[in-house]
Amino acid sequence: MLEKAFYGSRSYYAWILFLLIVIGAGAGCYAYQLVDGLRITGMGRDISWGLYIAQLTFLVGVAASAVMVVIPYYLHNYKAFGKITVLGEFLAVSAVTMCGLFVIVDLGTPARAFNLILYPTPNSILFWDMIVLNMYLVLNIVIAWNVLSAERKSTPPPGWVKPLIYLSIPWAVSIHTVTAFLYAGLPGRHLWLTAILAVRFLGSAFAAGPSLLILLCLLVRKVSKFDPGREAIQSLAKIVTYALIASIFFVGLEFFTAYYSQVPGHIHSLEYLYFGLEGHAKLVPWMRISALLAIVALVFLVNPATRRNEKTLAVAAALTFISLWIEKGLGLVLAGFIPNPFEHITEYSPTAPELMITFAIYAIGLLILTVLYKVAISVKEEAA
Amino acid sequence: MMKSRRSFLKISGACLLGLGVKPVLNAFAQAERMEIAPNPNALRAGRWALVVDITKCRDDCTDCINACNRAHNIPDLGRTKEEVKWIWNESYEHAFPGVEHEFVEERVKHQPFMVLCNHCDNPPCVRVCPVQATWKREDGIVMMDFHRCIGCRCCMAACPYGSRSFNWTDPRPYIPEGRMNPDFPTRTKGVVEKCNFCVERLAKGLQPACVESCSSGVLTFGDLDDPNSEVRKVLGERYSIQRKPELGTRPRVYYIL
Ligand code: SF4
Ligand code: SF4
Repeated sequence: MLEKAFYGSRSYYAWILFLLIVIGAGAGCYAYQLVDGLRITGMGRDISWGLYIAQLTFLVGVAASAVMVVIPYYLHNYKAFGKITVLGEFLAVSAVTMCGLFVIVDLGTPARAFNLILYPTPNSILFWDMIVLNMYLVLNIVIAWNVLSAERKSTPPPGWVKPLIYLSIPWAVSIHTVTAFLYAGLPGRHLWLTAILAVRFLGSAFAAGPSLLILLCLLVRKVSKFDPGREAIQSLAKIVTYALIASIFFVGLEFFTAYYSQVPGHIHSLEYLYFGLEGHAKLVPWMRISALLAIVALVFLVNPATRRNEKTLAVAAALTFISLWIEKGLGLVLAGFIPNPFEHITEYSPTAPELMITFAIYAIGLLILTVLYKVAISVKEEAA
Repeated sequence: MMKSRRSFLKISGACLLGLGVKPVLNAFAQAERMEIAPNPNALRAGRWALVVDITKCRDDCTDCINACNRAHNIPDLGRTKEEVKWIWNESYEHAFPGVEHEFVEERVKHQPFMVLCNHCDNPPCVRVCPVQATWKREDGIVMMDFHRCIGCRCCMAACPYGSRSFNWTDPRPYIPEGRMNPDFPTRTKGVVEKCNFCVERLAKGLQPACVESCSSGVLTFGDLDDPNSEVRKVLGERYSIQRKPELGTRPRVYYIL
């Protein structure tokens, strides 16, 4: 089936070429990082995880959100999602691949990455994160590929795929839970030391991932003869609505605990994020924009008229995605380090090479997504 | 078993690489010697601890810091963002956030506090390390394996005391001229490091470099498990505090104010 990725329109090739150029530029920057070390990034002694790990955190959510189409279709036999489950699973494949790449580029000594396998360490969360992410990647590739191949031959998928699909449901939850545990169990990092971090992650993931899927569905309909179907898109919209409400509510809970208890450690990071701490306020505009976008998106989503209108729905989906990217792909990881264990404040900005490497990994993700979607859509166009 | 594997390695290594393998053989030979005859003068303990009597500390003295920097080839990068430090000074309010209050004794308020890895009894840095590059020895010293660390920096996120440094770049060019200690390894870029309670000196029967360098008797190093040890005596006589005890890491550096 993969051969279908090689036949496309002029704009398809132009898009691929553009991605390859971005990837090439990022590879150059990564070579520079390999030679000079991670000092080429904006990270430092106080903020020792930056943009890379923040992207990992955000994208794990995008990957996990595939269950939001898998559950209704396979557990509740919700037919409308039949057309898009493969799209959801392929989105997960692309997102998990990016997660893996972000871990690799963040390693100080990537040549030793195999130590992760040579010295298995069950008490380390990163060890488990590696296991669950890789397994999830394999699950989604195997499932989506087999289901799609079957669809092409107009036969039902082989029987052994079913149990894998059921396994992939708790597995999706596990990848985001384990990623939350990277943070949620650390002493002395007040912003992260919260028992609701895993559910907060899931809440925002189930809003951000399906938002992206809505946008992708609308795009697919535009550029191909395959129509994911209005009903499927509308159902995704409802999922985004509820998940976004949950996500906003969870952030509200953090505010309550911090500000009602008045425990300084719990207040500091939130204060840094939303109001500025001792004159340091680099992330404040971002976080306020994020909050504003979430509220505007919610208004669009809750209101049936604007949710049903696909134009305003697209706007709401985009706003949701951007808002949650800022919240999780930027604020949450960075502010965990602010203030530092000595209550000194160091701020962080990514450097140009760091940004370029980040863009390149996103470009790799988009390339994988484009190729996989091309295959899926070609199959579906034929079948239709 | 170990012995036969080692000789196997020796033979096969020699066969494969010929003369190029000489340093490897030497390393094996050394390891063997160590096992057979450990230094009889090595200092041993059930649980090492350090007591810092800040009342004896002279304000502008940095002897302990300099001794440590020299003993461990600590680079001087001149950029605070990427600093590597094993021991350094913090003010009371920053070393003990949450404990300070506005009416604290003037002397304490302006006193520099030396801070370092606490060699926690229940160390979160060890818990999170995915490759066991950070581990705790029998005698409570929390160790770093510079050759195994993959540089994921989980331990830096986990240490609530900011005790760990990462080599954001190759540290070797930044070791000040004429200060190189050939007996201690230099590090490479991409690995984490921190205070090791001078295990290399303990093995030779020497006190940690900081303790030895301090002429004012600020630092007492010894075995918590030994009721007659110097540290137990000081801790039994004077009131001491630890950094962030509420986190349950059980730090093994005690401060007497
Ligand atoms: S002070 Fe930090 S680095 Fe040292 S043992 Fe405790 S947690 Fe680990
Ligand atoms: S940076 Fe090194 S020592 Fe620290 S957790 Fe990662 S592998 Fe372990």
